[in-house]
Amino acid sequence: MADYRQMWTDLGMDLEKHDLLCEVLPEVYTNIYLEQENRPEGMEYFNFVVSEIHGVRPAELIEHQKKGGKVFGTFCIFVPDEVVFAAGGIATGLCGGSQFWVPEGEKVLPANTCPLIKASVGARLGRTCPFFRIADIYIGETTCDGKKKAWEILSQDVPVYVMDLPQMKRVKDIAAWEDEIKLFMQKVEEVTGNKVTSEGLAESIRLINEKRKALARLYNSRKNSPVPISGKDVLLATQIAFYDDPARFTAQTNALCDELEARVAKGEGVFPVNAPRIMITGTPMAIPNWKLHHLIETSGAAVVVEEMCTGTRYFDNLVDESQATLEGQIRALAERYMKINCACFTPNPGRIDDILRLAKEYKVDGIIDANLKFCGLYSTESYNVQNALKEAGIPVMHLETDYSEQDAEQLRTRIEAFVEMLGK
Amino acid sequence: MIAAGIDVGSTSTKVVLLDNEKMCCKVKPTGWSPRQAGRECFQELLEQEGYRDEQVDIIVATGYGRVSLDFAHKAVTEITCHGRGAAFLVPGTDLVMDIGGQDSKVIKIDEKGKVLDFAMNDKCAAGTGRFLQVMAIALGLDVSELSELSRDHTPVTINNMCTVFAESEIIGLLAQGVEKGKIVAGIHASIARRMAAMANRMGTNGIVTFTGGVALNDGVRRSLENELGRKIVVPRDCQLVGAIGAALIGREILCNELISN
Repeated sequence: MADYRQMWTDLGMDLEKHDLLCEVLPEVYTNIYLEQENRPEGMEYFNFVVSEIHGVRPAELIEHQKKGGKVFGTFCIFVPDEVVFAAGGIATGLCGGSQFWVPEGEKVLPANTCPLIKASVGARLGRTCPFFRIADIYIGETTCDGKKKAWEILSQDVPVYVMDLPQMKRVKDIAAWEDEIKLFMQKVEEVTGNKVTSEGLAESIRLINEKRKALARLYNSRKNSPVPISGKDVLLATQIAFYDDPARFTAQTNALCDELEARVAKGEGVFPVNAPRIMITGTPMAIPNWKLHHLIETSGAAVVVEEMCTGTRYFDNLVDESQATLEGQIRALAERYMKINCACFTPNPGRIDDILRLAKEYKVDGIIDANLKFCGLYSTESYNVQNALKEAGIPVMHLETDYSEQDAEQLRTRIEAFVEMLGK
Repeated sequence: MIAAGIDVGSTSTKVVLLDNEKMCCKVKPTGWSPRQAGRECFQELLEQEGYRDEQVDIIVATGYGRVSLDFAHKAVTEITCHGRGAAFLVPGTDLVMDIGGQDSKVIKIDEKGKVLDFAMNDKCAAGTGRFLQVMAIALGLDVSELSELSRDHTPVTINNMCTVFAESEIIGLLAQGVEKGKIVAGIHASIARRMAAMANRMGTNGIVTFTGGVALNDGVRRSLENELGRKIVVPRDCQLVGAIGAALIGREILCNELISN
């Protein structure tokens, strides 16, 4: 990595502690990623992004701020990036996916909080992540109780604006989300000092739709057998989508897809044709959480699709581009975002429909339903998910884990046994 | 054709040799080095039975130490091996309940022993052989005494499944002057409740076969029968089921190779 120490110092980071993180990441990344065989060349870009993870993109964001631009830190796929970009701002994902940040989060949060929240709060309060330092304002939402209370703690250290996501999907709930997007737009206008115009919003809707289409194309290549790219690599690209420049990400991902489609045409892949095809469904995997994918893909199976926020939930469904008025565009945004099937909704039958549909489309042999420890929503919904899958005759296994490595060997035994059970 | 199955568990290492219809075996404590325990137990069995290394056509390793046995030809999880071994020893089994030293599992299998579904407690010592060991120590007993002592006693309720908390609970019961037999029966019942909860989720109605080192304790079997309301079969070689399964899988691999050649 180039020398960014001055930038990190200026951001008020704890350099000593941050060095510890910088020390371990290259080794972990080499073991998990670089040692894969027959990786697509198009992954080179994503390798570069990771190698400069706390350098290149933060520097770009700071450049943007120097020109008077604002940066909005987000934690959830319900927050409409389109609005931020339409006002000349930049939205960037802020999810914490490493055990490194957990102890710092535990200083202020109960131990039985999910690791995602603990790591996110820890990354801010421990001053060990440049993205968490750069963001001018955090945009929270009401997707779970842990997050709701975490915003209150974070807001003592950084401005936080919270969007109130409805928990049901009736007509009035979609209308309520439309109102929330309007209020959010006012907030974004206030922070950036720029008015959102229908032309500007039309452009940013297209920008984000293009990113969704590129991701959909990437996932689509995985429907083939042999699968042309590992699940690990797709997970990485998806994680990077949350904070990279959207236009550049789209271009790089499409370039990767060109290569993958050529591989498919030649019948080339990264796993043998008879490797069991696995879907993972459940809670998101924020960067650098690659634990389950790595365990699965070193146990003789391939991960071919993720029904997760860092997966199909992120890019499924486009925003209608035909609306010409702000009013119509905001409604289109509300309708698209309310199609996301998060376990925070009750009831949430759409998620089960999605899982069954994806299982067919991606020809999966088995499903691993995985949730982060202490995620009450996804672990409770697991009962219905497993029943529906059993009824459909699709093998399923439920796993619960966190970011630590302590349970890796026990998980490996269960995953290997599951793979042996699916054995073709 | 000789196939070996080596099951390196957290507590004991088991080796089985299948030489056509003949079967021989050896069990040894695992100790601190799973690799060494696997190697030694295997060598000692060869010597004891008068075989030479090169006569063994295939070695399949299983158990938590399976990956550390670099001389094995293949590693297969204990879940798959227990399914295969139980179907072989007790034909008609459709549910295997295995309680080992550090985990417990319930495995649903088909008539050939192929795994259809499984559930596993693998996060802590609750309801495992280690749990029994710690409780025995708290009571000043050896694990081998537990079964007899609990016979015909009404179990007291032990609420804590966490090994550490359950130990304190037992010390409390002793202080109240509760009979040891009742306490041990309570410990067995608490393990059985946990296993039954996993088994009920699988929903089966064939033969239930109980395997693993803890199946040597007849008190746990009686409690399991109570909880499930069904007869439970404990094969004579209950501790060897995983190793037997591994050796059988090895034999299958050899047969398949012969056919394809």
